[in-house]
Amino acid sequence: MKPWIERQRHLIDFTAQSLARRKGKSLGLLVVYTLLVFVLASVALYTHALRNEATRVLAGTPEIVLQRLIAGRHDLVPPGYIEKIGRIRGVQKIEGRLWGYYYDSVLKANYTFMVATDREIAPGEIVVGPALERTRELSAGNGVSFRAYTGELHTFIVAEVLAHESELVSADLVLMNAADFRRFFAYPAGHHTDIALWVANPLEVRNVGVKLLDALPDSRPILREEVLRTYASIFDWREGMMLALLSAAILAFGIFAWEKAAGLSAEEKREIGILKAIGWETGDVIAMKFWEGFLVSLLAFLVGYVAAYVHVFHFEFALFAPVLKGWAVLYPSFALTPQIDGLQVATLFVFTVLPYTAATLVPIWRAATTDPDTVMRS
Amino acid sequence: MRPADRVLGVTLLTAALFAATFIDAAWQRSAHEPALQRTAELVTRLRLSDVVLFTEARYTRHPTQADLHSAFQDHPVALEHFPSGALLPPPRILLDRHEALDRKATSPD
Repeated sequence: MKPWIERQRHLIDFTAQSLARRKGKSLGLLVVYTLLVFVLASVALYTHALRNEATRVLAGTPEIVLQRLIAGRHDLVPPGYIEKIGRIRGVQKIEGRLWGYYYDSVLKANYTFMVATDREIAPGEIVVGPALERTRELSAGNGVSFRAYTGELHTFIVAEVLAHESELVSADLVLMNAADFRRFFAYPAGHHTDIALWVANPLEVRNVGVKLLDALPDSRPILREEVLRTYASIFDWREGMMLALLSAAILAFGIFAWEKAAGLSAEEKREIGILKAIGWETGDVIAMKFWEGFLVSLLAFLVGYVAAYVHVFHFEFALFAPVLKGWAVLYPSFALTPQIDGLQVATLFVFTVLPYTAATLVPIWRAATTDPDTVMRS
Repeated sequence: MRPADRVLGVTLLTAALFAATFIDAAWQRSAHEPALQRTAELVTRLRLSDVVLFTEARYTRHPTQADLHSAFQDHPVALEHFPSGALLPPPRILLDRHEALDRKATSPD
């Protein structure tokens, strides 16, 4: 074993010196290669973490949200629907939700007004999301006025600001009590925006959805499963968009690397000829070139991946965030929890390290098996 | 120092950094876990259905609650108003995300 290791070390010695002789070319390849791995790994890591985060936090959404549709558009749920749903077997809990949008012309942004079901909010008070605190400089105790759709100006006192850690789901929320909400939007009495419901047996969710449609043909049940699927597909789509944009760069690198790896320069051919003439075996030449391809691609993979990790999870994905996150006036600021998918890393490794190493070997094998004299003369 | 040792040293160092990213990820995950749990609880308590990624229109703020025809909801061949429309996926019928519950329900008449 020891002589084999010593032999490989000598081969790596030679490879390192050979790369050092072509310093500019080798370094250029390493930098471009590393950058490519960095970009691909950044996109993969970020999308995977964002998809996981969204799926994780949305796991607690209502099992079914029931909307009422009129002429294909979402409409208010009139009184009586909750009672009708209550008669459906399998439904455990029903709640009418009250929420809507408010366009703030000061910020030119939309807020989501919502009636809080988890806390008592005094009349005339609101609880705001962290993005409102940041962009409208609101804090507990401040007053803020909103012009209702009736034209009246309503003034509210900020009772509390929601925690920053929950910004991904609460950035633009304005929570208030039901009476204030109905007065502000002049909401018809007894109507709700939609209905949230929970099913006793999780396996029965689809059946309950069908029963809801039977009982209320103008309704549209949205299952929790659909909510999660929507987010998974949104992030898959964006990852795909980003990769589609990058495909030109990947292709360009592919051509560059193939050219570099597969086409031997006259200098390299002469080098192989000399090595063979002084007694190197074909196996040694191939091993030497294998080390060259493998070390360059491995180093590019490792450096590119580590840089991507630091970029995504310690610098908030600063370089590509606008493309993958999207943008909005009230954008949540959040730090993602690192989620690394082993399979994804392995795939990246296989697709970056193996093809280059393999591409280096084929022409070398061809050159190394021919007569040294012919190789040197060609 | 032999060139091979230098090259292997650098490779080992980057491999160690690579391994460190997994340790850092595990550490950050455990540090973020309580906040993530509190956020998930807030979603459950407030009956939320969407994450706040785009706030400009109702079908971008609440993609899961949007009309089935969004993002082209104003009329069938309406042009997109917002840049995030380009980042939203194509019509759901192509992606088959929604349950076809209406096909299973009996007709009311």
